[in-house]
Amino acid sequence: MDTVALEPSLYTVKAVFILDNDGTRLLAKYYDPDLFPSMKEQKNFEKNVYNKTHKTDSEIAFLEGMTIVYKSSIDLFFYVVGSAQENELMLMSVLNCLFDSLSQMLRKNIEKRSVMENLDGVFLVVDEVIDGGVILESDPQQVIQKINFRTLPEPAYGFVLFDYITGNTEQQGDKSQKK
Amino acid sequence: MIKKFDKKDEESGSGSNPFQHLEKSAVLQEARIFNETPINPRRCLHILTKIIYLLNQGEHFGTTEATEAFFAMTRLFQSNDQTLRRMCYLTIKEMANISEDVIIVTSSLTKDMTGKEDIYRGPAIRALCRITDTTMLQAIERYMKQAIVDKVPSVSSSALVSSLHMVKMSYDVVKRWVNEAQEAASSDNIMVQYHALGLLYHLRKNDRLAVTKMLNTFTKSGLKSPFAYCMLIRIASRLLEETDGGHDSPLFDFIEGCLRNKHEMVVYEAASAIVHLPNCRARELAPAVSVLQLFCSSPKAALRYAAVRTLNKVAMKHPSAVTACNLDLENLITDSNRSIATLAITTLLKTGSESSVDRLMKQISSFVSEISDEFKVVVVQAISALCQKYPRKHSVMMNFLSNMLRDDGGFEYKRAIVDCIIGFIEENPESKETGLAHLCEFIEDCEHTVLATRILHLLGKEGPRTPTPSKYIRFIFNRVILESEAVRAAAVSALAKFGAQNDDLLPSVLVLLQRCMMDSDDEVRDRATFYMNVLQQKQKALNAAYIFNGLTVSVPGLEKSLHQYTLEPSEKPFDMKSVPLATTPINELKTELTPIVTTKLPEKVAPSRQDIYQEQLSAIPEFKGLGPLFKSSDPVQLTEAETEYVVRCIKHTFTNHIVFQFDCTNTLNDQLLQKVIVQMEPSEAYEVVHYVPAANLPYNQPSSCYTLVRLPDEDPTAVSCTFSCTMKYLVRDCDPNTGEPDEDGYDDEYLLEDLEVTVADHIQKVLKPNFGAAWEEVGDDFEKEETFALASVKTLEEAINNIISFLGMQPCERTDKVPENKNSHVLLLAGVFRGGHDILVRSRLALADGVTMQVTVRSKDEIPVDVILASVG
Repeated sequence: MDTVALEPSLYTVKAVFILDNDGTRLLAKYYDPDLFPSMKEQKNFEKNVYNKTHKTDSEIAFLEGMTIVYKSSIDLFFYVVGSAQENELMLMSVLNCLFDSLSQMLRKNIEKRSVMENLDGVFLVVDEVIDGGVILESDPQQVIQKINFRTLPEPAYGFVLFDYITGNTEQQGDKSQKK
Repeated sequence: MIKKFDKKDEESGSGSNPFQHLEKSAVLQEARIFNETPINPRRCLHILTKIIYLLNQGEHFGTTEATEAFFAMTRLFQSNDQTLRRMCYLTIKEMANISEDVIIVTSSLTKDMTGKEDIYRGPAIRALCRITDTTMLQAIERYMKQAIVDKVPSVSSSALVSSLHMVKMSYDVVKRWVNEAQEAASSDNIMVQYHALGLLYHLRKNDRLAVTKMLNTFTKSGLKSPFAYCMLIRIASRLLEETDGGHDSPLFDFIEGCLRNKHEMVVYEAASAIVHLPNCRARELAPAVSVLQLFCSSPKAALRYAAVRTLNKVAMKHPSAVTACNLDLENLITDSNRSIATLAITTLLKTGSESSVDRLMKQISSFVSEISDEFKVVVVQAISALCQKYPRKHSVMMNFLSNMLRDDGGFEYKRAIVDCIIGFIEENPESKETGLAHLCEFIEDCEHTVLATRILHLLGKEGPRTPTPSKYIRFIFNRVILESEAVRAAAVSALAKFGAQNDDLLPSVLVLLQRCMMDSDDEVRDRATFYMNVLQQKQKALNAAYIFNGLTVSVPGLEKSLHQYTLEPSEKPFDMKSVPLATTPINELKTELTPIVTTKLPEKVAPSRQDIYQEQLSAIPEFKGLGPLFKSSDPVQLTEAETEYVVRCIKHTFTNHIVFQFDCTNTLNDQLLQKVIVQMEPSEAYEVVHYVPAANLPYNQPSSCYTLVRLPDEDPTAVSCTFSCTMKYLVRDCDPNTGEPDEDGYDDEYLLEDLEVTVADHIQKVLKPNFGAAWEEVGDDFEKEETFALASVKTLEEAINNIISFLGMQPCERTDKVPENKNSHVLLLAGVFRGGHDILVRSRLALADGVTMQVTVRSKDEIPVDVILASVG
């Protein structure tokens, strides 16, 4: 817990990641190239963070010299990482914006299934909230508006029919057999 | 995008992750449909998602396959599906560093960036800037400038943030966009405001005047964005720090004003900034502490955490300022977030009274196993601070620490505990035995070599002096049997110390050492053989010289001297006295707990300051024959801080000479000084032998000149001398703008303050870990004793500090600290006199009206003894 003051900078977020309830990475972005430069270090860090946080119901932790704010929902864990000197409330606002935007996009079904089904939308939300470590937007309404993502309550039959016509189903079917 | 029937398959299958078993090659194969006409947006979208997912999972894409997929992807720009387009931007950003020729999409992106669809423009700018280099940037400069001042907030924000990313790469180009950024800063949108401020600061941060101006404008105009406020507070506090601005500065008023902001984020940032300001007094802290106190009862865990963490920091320096919050902190002890509870307890340990210590320690031991190592270290630090404050509580804390030592934990954590226990043992003699016992138990099962060797060293030093030294032998010898080479070697050294100090243990130790001589490792065998032979001589002097008090030379210096010796073969044996001495690190005895290390640098043996000087001086031909550098003093200022020329002097003592190094700085930008020397007039029989001038001394570039002085041979006790110094030089006026000097110059001189050489310059500090043994080793051949009365000194501490700084010797065995409520004390000092003779001083002090001091000096030569006594009197 150094007392060295922070260089005034917009680079607030060091990393953001979403893990499932086994601690497996679903999505992760590291914005500081000096922090955990290799994939192995990143996954180690995520594992460590997950082990220390998944059982407790608190929303903030300090691990490996990093401030980490987090939130869980059903079978998912959302983490935002900042430096030890970072304003914890700023990190919290990033986490909240990310969470609320996803919640709106997924119609409150923040669980692994819906996240994976709308993974493209999730990528876009993260991209609109943080750009290279800079907080790009903090208002979930704005994020949703910027993405204009067509949320699919249920896959409409029209699409199924469309896929059927274009032969998509067949391919999907083949693949699941291969599995 | 996954169809309903697929879902059912997966429910029955393993996990619910449709992407789990993706194969890179299969996905790349699928990517071929990008080339089909018409484009099927939904399928392409799904494939792009898969590619990004794979990249995100750390899948490695080769350059060729990435480039191929990238080029196929560019075709998707023909589709007008919004999500597909956005995913293309993401793919471009993800692949920017993997694929080749990514600039091929420049024109498509430029089109989107300037097009009618607002929803594309921002993301297109951000993608474009990822693939752009400095030369290309100039081509799109016009668009960027327009985008920064665009009325659509997302476009403006995107342009500002992308510009910020590019400052690193193309500072000169982005710098030209300052006016646009300035305009954006007055936007109504809070994010645009924030991003513009960030970019402006980044472009101007090296120009303090511009930053000050910017701060003035923004603090007056008032911003809407809480993020921007946080940024302004950081800039302001940094500026305050750099300019040493006082608490009456308008910048401080601004920060204090932010404590009343309606956003918690801003209030916290301001409070934290005030707390971190250097030399902040209780009066300025009070408002910050009271807002933090309010936060302590917030329902938000992050806010409670932030508040208590900051209060913890305040408590380190100003415990009294935090006492008002004790009640609120008490409530946090049972917080479900263990980090908050730990911080609350450690803060209370700093601010609370002695009576609450037991209760708090009990509370914390109930959950210490649940918290992370980082916080465990915080706990240990709090305990260590507490021990110094309440020495009577040492038994409670020792117990607690030993329990912590038994728990699992990383190296940093264990090291903190061991440091703390060692600090304990040194501070409280009565806790020595318990402490050593706990450490013995710890090394029985310790995986950290560094800690084991450290503890063994400590056992060797302290163990023989305890009432029952024999009980430690078992622990030490166990190490010889069970551990790695480094630990075994350390154990052998520790054993030898027991044998040397306790005659009744000597036979057993010799037997044990005999066994170590069969060890498989060289170093262990060598040490055992060496100690064995020394111990068998049964001579106190040998024991003292080779077992208790090891080498005192500087290691890099020894390496260099030995190398030199091997280069010039000679009949003479290598002389240890020709090696420069190690300078004792000033804070060696303090158990300074290092703050949590975020950077994990490997520890290196850095050459000491003196080794660096030795190197510099030996490069000057005039100083070749002077022998090894004996001691370098701290710099002495010979001018006031704000004068035209700033000169400071470092005294380098050699065996028969002193070299004065004058570091000069010329603060006049219209002058170039040449041939600078410092002329010295000694008051005693010192002889100035040589001046080495500094050839050029341009504006603001420090340079050094040297003066070589020979010490008087006739009267070796004349160690102190005063020199009057004058700097002489040739001035050449020059143009302040170009720095071009005039043809002609004129001689001038500048009077400096007098320089003193004192007895401390002739003595190098040396730490004797076992002073008693060294005292016997030197013997009483040249012992002298005298009694002095120090009438002006009122306390023992003052007397001790005066003696130490006057003689420049190293206090041994922690005798520089006086136990409380005592009126007599013995101070033990050790040093080496110029020329290489050990010199030891034992000084008995008694406090009556003033302080009476009886000084006993021993050395192997008469001169140093006389020097000390003459100079003290």
